[in-house]
Amino acid sequence: MMNLKVNGHDHQIDAEPDTPLLYVLREDLKLNAAKFGCGLGQCGSCTVIVDGKAVLSCVTPLLLLEGKQVTTLEGLGTISTPAPIQRAFMEEQAAQCGYCIAGMMMRAQALLQKNPKPTDAQIRAELEPHLCRCGTHMRILRAVHRAAHLMDTAELSPAIPGSAR
Amino acid sequence: MNVPVILDRRRVLAGGGALIVSFAMSDALAQDQAAPATAPKPPGSLATSSYLDSWIRIDADGTITLFTGKAELGQGLKTAFQQIAAEELDVPFASLKVVTADTRRTANEGYTSGSNSMKDSGTAIQNVAAQVRELLVGEAARRLSLPVESFRTENGAVIAPDGQRFGYGDLVASDMLHVQAQAKSTLKDPASYKVMGQPVPRVDIPAKVTGGAAYVQDMRLPGMVHARVVRPPSYGAQLTECDTAAVEKLPGVIKVIRNGNFLAVVAQKEFQSIKAMGALSAAAKWQETPGLPKQDDLPRVLASLPSQDTTIFERNDPSAVGQRTLEATYTRPYQAHGSIGPSCAVAQLVNDAMTVWTHTQGVYPDRQGIAEMLRVPVASVRLIHVEGSGCYGHNGADDAAADAALIARELSGVPVRVQWTREQEHGWEPFGPAMVTKLKASLDGNGAISAWNFEVWTNTHSMRPGGAGSMLAAQHMAQPFAVPAPKPIPLPEGGGDRNAIPIYKFPNAHVVHHFIPAMPVRVSAMRALGAYHNVFSIESFMDELAGLAGADAIEFRLRHLDDPRGRDVIEKAAQAFGWQKGQKAAQDRGFGFAFARYKNLAAYCAIATEVEVNRETGRPRLVRAVAAVDSGQVVNPDGLINQIEGAILQSMSWTLYESVTFDDTRITSIDWQTYPILRFNSVPEKVEVHIINRPGLPFLGSGETGQGPAAASIANAIANATGKRLRDLPLTRKKIKDAIDA
Repeated sequence: MMNLKVNGHDHQIDAEPDTPLLYVLREDLKLNAAKFGCGLGQCGSCTVIVDGKAVLSCVTPLLLLEGKQVTTLEGLGTISTPAPIQRAFMEEQAAQCGYCIAGMMMRAQALLQKNPKPTDAQIRAELEPHLCRCGTHMRILRAVHRAAHLMDTAELSPAIPGSAR
Repeated sequence: MNVPVILDRRRVLAGGGALIVSFAMSDALAQDQAAPATAPKPPGSLATSSYLDSWIRIDADGTITLFTGKAELGQGLKTAFQQIAAEELDVPFASLKVVTADTRRTANEGYTSGSNSMKDSGTAIQNVAAQVRELLVGEAARRLSLPVESFRTENGAVIAPDGQRFGYGDLVASDMLHVQAQAKSTLKDPASYKVMGQPVPRVDIPAKVTGGAAYVQDMRLPGMVHARVVRPPSYGAQLTECDTAAVEKLPGVIKVIRNGNFLAVVAQKEFQSIKAMGALSAAAKWQETPGLPKQDDLPRVLASLPSQDTTIFERNDPSAVGQRTLEATYTRPYQAHGSIGPSCAVAQLVNDAMTVWTHTQGVYPDRQGIAEMLRVPVASVRLIHVEGSGCYGHNGADDAAADAALIARELSGVPVRVQWTREQEHGWEPFGPAMVTKLKASLDGNGAISAWNFEVWTNTHSMRPGGAGSMLAAQHMAQPFAVPAPKPIPLPEGGGDRNAIPIYKFPNAHVVHHFIPAMPVRVSAMRALGAYHNVFSIESFMDELAGLAGADAIEFRLRHLDDPRGRDVIEKAAQAFGWQKGQKAAQDRGFGFAFARYKNLAAYCAIATEVEVNRETGRPRLVRAVAAVDSGQVVNPDGLINQIEGAILQSMSWTLYESVTFDDTRITSIDWQTYPILRFNSVPEKVEVHIINRPGLPFLGSGETGQGPAAASIANAIANATGKRLRDLPLTRKKIKDAIDA
């Protein structure tokens, strides 16, 4: 048994210490957002935030996470009360199949937490480890810019897109 | 009330006057009571599933459910269909529930492919919704004994002349919607549309950006176990030895399955199944046979394989005489779908009934294949589509579904989840086929094309299931199913010859399809099929010919194009890009242009690009792309823009970077290191999409219309930037550098 702090809650995890965090999140904690994409740290689909940094959960074993704070996309907000990054992706309709998107959002979130006003070049450089196959890149970039703007202005307009567009 | 045991022949009539009729019964009735052959067929997929209640169900409480046999693949069709139905039914968008591809519940609409969903299912839904609305109005009119013309509909209710409201749920009774569709519907005037034509936000996106259950990968059924398959190391490899005893003792392992060359392991927890897969893979000894062609010599190998040759287009006008002739050969390697999420499926056998949750593009054909593989009646197998990662054609989805079914058969009652690895998806998916095209054309004294010759050599572009032999598990099991004989997809859609016939008017034209049955590398349908390479070839060659004629690339195309809608998208893209005749791009930059009408019968798309080439390294960079698209009546403009943006970026990735690699025995491009694709450092500065809406005109498929034009436009821009023409895909930095240095 190991204690793992995820989205602000403590969980007792019964898994081998070499189990990658991804499987603990998806199977033991039944969290959907972190995705299996390659298991090799090559695509970014599994990205979560650990102590403020974007981490590839498919290649991060459980034993390295004792005492650390893990945040997944579920920990940022919900459909009814989305976080700025979630609102931004909805408002920009920044997904096609969406499989890569949760990982992208977590790295963008980590970036915005340490650099609230990134340049376009900084966003592109930060997202370099992430692959998108549908070709949604232009919208993803727009959504990250919008998220930065939303965090900056803390707008209180309606969360669900539609009227905005 | 009769509830037979056969799963998909069940008809349930619920109380309260509500009408619930499963699709399959309606379909069976439709076949029994076939209309006379002379009767005009209703449009879209209504031609094959003609009962209204196969598509729309209204319960007594007013709940309205829309059924489509097509699958959401991330292209946004669920939202678009909901918009169409809401519009023609006159109900609020949010009030509708949508059920997608499920062999028990929805019509058999074949595959969700070929940019056909809007044409097939969208058209059916539009007509059904209009006819259902008319029936409801008729019912209200009957009740009040007033003429139907005096009623109107609004917000899910029929309004009588005196203002009395009848909710749709109150009007629907017994078998009211269990009637065959009329051939013609009274559709709304597009000018009155409130929901269609609007950029309604996609219904699936909120869950996808908040960690909701959105994919088959996210399914967690009670008692579910995890399986992994150990695939052979190469095509045709034979399992000679496998001591499974040690693997069976590993923590959590429930079962090792060995069935011929099919090898799998099932464990309680997912990571246990991964560890066991590693151990099982190490224990397995395979005999491999080299059988792959020489990758470096692919064009020659392809052209030398036996082929079935068909002249698919011929036009002769001896009065047109050529003066100058140009020839060129274009090639495309095998390319991968490369879904970001490797294929996955969940299957469960309960009382001899197999249910498979899958991201297949065709639940019905896949069901047929799985039933054949399991050697059970088709009716005992149910396939339910659940979204997966984007597929872009026939990837590992169907194979994973078959894997799950074959494993779940061994564990009666237990839901089994099979997840492919990255290496399995890259190594075993059926690739987009390699292609060779040879073009030859002559210009007359006025710089117009007098003669055009086009020949294409390629495999089939669809090995999709229908039969078990298309699926790996069935090929590998002890009593295997043979891979079915490949067949070309007939024109006008075509497969390898899709878009091989030029849309331009040439006085003399000759187009030959060399269909190659032998498939040394596993291939099948990849987004746009042959159109990607054929349009790349035609539109590159048009630029080469424009150069020979000393003409502007756009003016040269318009000189040969009559189709007014085609001319419109070309002119729109040119104008939005700021295309100027005789323009010169900045140092080391080039402009390119290309155009096609997908399949010569779906959406029109023209794309202008600006590309920068680093002369030191050869690295090309797409700076910006401007597209114009006409896909008929637009349902969701933002969805359409998203599709075209995606097509441009994906095609750019194929065109600049991608090629499946192999040695004489094994596929060697097995992950993202060995099969690199587009990354953010190469994403353009700007991509613009302009829509030409055609109110009231038929929906034209648009999901695959951008691929070919994007490829050729980029190639033309590279040629414009460097003065060198590259014809061998992908247009890598090394090839560009070599061309510059040559």
